[in-house]
Amino acid sequence: MVSALIPLIGLMICGAVIALETKDLLSGIISLGIIGFALTIVFLILQAPDLAIVQIIIETLTLIILIAAVLKTTIKDSIESLKARKVILWVAGLVCVAAFIFASLKAFADISAFGSPVLRMAEYYLSNGVTGTGAVNLVAAIILDFRAYDTLGEATVLFTSVAGVVAVLRKKGRT
Amino acid sequence: MQGMSLIVKKISQIMAPSIFILGMYVVAHGHLTPGGGFAGGVLIAGCFTLLILAYGSSKERSLVFKEKASLIESGGIFLFLFIALLGLIQGTLFFVNIFSRSNPGVPGALFSSGIIPLCNIAIGVEVAAALFAIFITFAIMRFGEKL
Repeated sequence: MVSALIPLIGLMICGAVIALETKDLLSGIISLGIIGFALTIVFLILQAPDLAIVQIIIETLTLIILIAAVLKTTIKDSIESLKARKVILWVAGLVCVAAFIFASLKAFADISAFGSPVLRMAEYYLSNGVTGTGAVNLVAAIILDFRAYDTLGEATVLFTSVAGVVAVLRKKGRT
Repeated sequence: MQGMSLIVKKISQIMAPSIFILGMYVVAHGHLTPGGGFAGGVLIAGCFTLLILAYGSSKERSLVFKEKASLIESGGIFLFLFIALLGLIQGTLFFVNIFSRSNPGVPGALFSSGIIPLCNIAIGVEVAAALFAIFITFAIMRFGEKL
């Protein structure tokens, strides 16, 4: 089951690289869509339908919003750099990737197997979720009863982002 | 923003009510089935976004939509905080599930599990208005350019 994730993750990495390297903004946004929809399939394989629903809807809506914002613009990304700087960037990037892979391998050896969490709180949630809250959907019981503070913070993040968008893109002050 | 062709208008006219009803269903059954306030709110926002994209909107109407969406979004997060404060008003803790102890209801029924459906509705209102406000702000920004 988990081995089916490897081609999906490779597809996501390819989409991210294409989104970074392409010159056209619209092609970059469509390549970002590859990452989002592949992530939806990853969530479905890992048996998380709540996250999959949210991911596929959010991905579609953000793609529509970004395409509506970018469509008909003629702005091209211009990447111009010296050759010496390019070599330094490549070397630094390869060193960082090697360090990341090494640290990940060390970390993966230490974490517990898939499906057997270390924290004991998860077992408490699983056994007492329905009797404690009365909600059949355990995800809703956790995010709105046991961990409602997290949801409040999440709603505040969304509120703040909308305030930022409305403030930055307002008509007054732009000359 | 100009509208699209007759085919797009007719298809979105048929699809939009279904998307809206699906969003309401996902919000209302958040404590029973996968989904919840966030997913349902995004569906409702997508319904309005589809209609605006298909039918177009003038600049003045978009400004009115933006004001209303900001107002409803603030109302949604205020409702969520008020539900959280009900515990303090009753004399217990912040965010305590006050109806769950006194009247738990049958697990699996629509009216059960205390404040969780109310929180889902508040989050659904907030998310729907927030995403629609972001979209309509981008649309207003496009009016300023010389196309």
